[in-house]
Amino acid sequence: MTVIADIPEAPRAARRPQIGNPVLHWLRTNLFSSIPNAIITVALLAILAKGLFSFLQWGIANAVWLTPANDSSACKAARGLGACWAIIPEKYRFILFGTYPFDEQWRPALSVVLFIALFYLSARRAFWRRELVYLWIGALALISVLMWGGVFGLSFVSQDRWGGLPVTLILATFGLAFGFPLGILVALGRRSKLPAIRSLSVLYVELIRGVPLVSLLFMASVMFPLFMPAGFNIDKLLRAQIAIILFAGAYLAEVIRGGLQAVPRGQYEAADALGLSYWRKHRLVVLPQAIRHVIPPLVNTFIAFFKDTSLVLIIGIFDLLTTAKTAIIDPAWQQFSVEVYIFVAAIYFVFCFAMSRYSRSLEATATR
Amino acid sequence: MTADHPRPPPSRRFFELGRNELKGLFWQVLVVGIVLAVIVFLWSNTVTNLSARRITTGFAFLGREAGMPIADSLLSYNPRDSYLWAFVVGISNTLRVAVIGIVLATILGTLIGISRLSSNWLLSRLAAVYVETLRDIPLLLQLLFWYVLMQALPAARAAWRPVEGVFLSNRGLILPAIPVGSPQLVVLGTAALGLAAFFLIRRWLIAQQMRDGKPRPAWPFAIGLVLALPAAVSMALGVSWSIEWPQLRGFNFVGGLTLAPEYFALLIALVTYTSAFIAEIVRSGIQSVPRGQWDAASALGLRRSLMLRQIILPQALRVIVPPMTSQYLNLTKNSSLAVAIGYQDVVSVANTTLNQTGQAIEAIALIMAVFLTISLGISFFMNWYNARIALVER
Repeated sequence: MTVIADIPEAPRAARRPQIGNPVLHWLRTNLFSSIPNAIITVALLAILAKGLFSFLQWGIANAVWLTPANDSSACKAARGLGACWAIIPEKYRFILFGTYPFDEQWRPALSVVLFIALFYLSARRAFWRRELVYLWIGALALISVLMWGGVFGLSFVSQDRWGGLPVTLILATFGLAFGFPLGILVALGRRSKLPAIRSLSVLYVELIRGVPLVSLLFMASVMFPLFMPAGFNIDKLLRAQIAIILFAGAYLAEVIRGGLQAVPRGQYEAADALGLSYWRKHRLVVLPQAIRHVIPPLVNTFIAFFKDTSLVLIIGIFDLLTTAKTAIIDPAWQQFSVEVYIFVAAIYFVFCFAMSRYSRSLEATATR
Repeated sequence: MTADHPRPPPSRRFFELGRNELKGLFWQVLVVGIVLAVIVFLWSNTVTNLSARRITTGFAFLGREAGMPIADSLLSYNPRDSYLWAFVVGISNTLRVAVIGIVLATILGTLIGISRLSSNWLLSRLAAVYVETLRDIPLLLQLLFWYVLMQALPAARAAWRPVEGVFLSNRGLILPAIPVGSPQLVVLGTAALGLAAFFLIRRWLIAQQMRDGKPRPAWPFAIGLVLALPAAVSMALGVSWSIEWPQLRGFNFVGGLTLAPEYFALLIALVTYTSAFIAEIVRSGIQSVPRGQWDAASALGLRRSLMLRQIILPQALRVIVPPMTSQYLNLTKNSSLAVAIGYQDVVSVANTTLNQTGQAIEAIALIMAVFLTISLGISFFMNWYNARIALVER
């Protein structure tokens, strides 16, 4: 049985005086404090050593790191014994940027850098002011120019040739950029005193949250053409983007509603007393406070739908996961999908882990 | 607008509205008007498009022959059955993975959540690594990963046998099973009735104890009603409970219970992914119980198990249950990712239907209806449970 320790908000019981070697002391308190604990430690160490050993043997010692271009014979020889990391240098351009014209791939690469810079700046407290909106508009416009081209001497690249990491980042970021204002409107609608608006907002949120994202994406890919007048059709990527915006809007609305509920009633009354209109009251008094309250859960929601953008694989849009899956269709490399999935998982992990660390640090400063 | 002390409303006639009411009415009419206009616009487009493509509308197609294969299902199905039956089979597959997934994810998540709080440094670190890794990688990627691993398993002839009678191969996981027919169901039904009776009796015993303070043990009733009674019925009827061991015949297995690779991969992916979230919920739930409660419980001289069961858990559950509900809902909705690996859940069946008949609206309406019903069912149950464990305030 494990012993539950580490109960927070409590002064730790007076520590045992430290005697002798600090390393031994640490081992004794943290790993061998009792007999059952010692058994757990030894068992875990044994499993860990075995697992780690076979993983290192597969992933490093017996792995094939480089092969001559498009020659997988070395990998096939080592199959079952070692990993074939050689597939990554072979395929990384395709996995990261899809079928974007090879010579122009500096453009999506620069877009990815811009996205990361945008996230980084938005995460800084010093940038939490109105100018951030302009920064977003500017950065997203710049990214659109880079990706599409057609101006400033950049050749035009149609969006059905986009793929890989930029598409994942575009789906998630535009989902946030449009879903966030939508979420604010719906959250306000749900707290509105006007019954028609309130019920429409409730209907929207519950309907979207009640069904899986997959079915929304199906709707976007199959039903959208039916909804539009004959002859009018928009691109598949944009349709998926609309589905993700609607999806994100519903989830963000619920988070923002939580923030609105946390604003004390006195703030509303004070704004009313100043004679502010409904919109000015919310824009100047209520929303700035409400959103500050819910930034950590907002980041978590963003992480969730950053991961969920990978579902566009099901409707055949070339995001990072789809390009990875496509890269291993190549018969020469077909058997090495595990390596590719690990590579892509590492990319997703870096993004999500950074964001969840950030959200955790925000929570820590908020409760301090 | 939001006054604390409502003034008595000035008397006025029915149609006379104040300025604010007029403004409110204007906004509502505007928004509802826009929404209606959009709906009418989309609807009329859809009607024109459907007639242009000669797609019929309505649910009449449900009676027609489905013609789609469903490899893995609990209910008997063949491609000549109707679309309606295909949908029922799809729903049963969704429920099969969701219900078992929820149970396993709860167990695994609770274990990992408790491990994170362990005083054993190694155990708590490992649990933390598990949670962080699984939470930060998309579920679909994990699912594809498990599915690839599943396919890379040896063929049936060279299947792994971790335990005698259990086979793991690219045909999936094969377990020994007890065949359940109607005689076995009668016995299981008796056990279920016995369980219900036991709960009623326990309730009565607790009420008695409340009255006079004398503890009355309930466990003899549990043994009698849930174990002894069904055992007696089983013996009286001569029901056989022999275990059916799977055997390799030719290229495949005969007998036993087979979890197809698609089902098994989906189950593993859903359980491991969701358990990472559940672990965090359990951890924060236990941490939310103030230290004083532990101290007070030990001051009363309670045993550790009693302390956990009677003092800590009831308080932790109040924090745990509401977010747990949304995890259960997420797991159920995420089971629709089955479509990516070809497990025939309801979304997958609807997708095939849609491709075969072109009736997108009906197919997606059915998906929505099914998931809304399941979501409402889970919310209803969890709300009932939540109300049961909620703090009773005077």
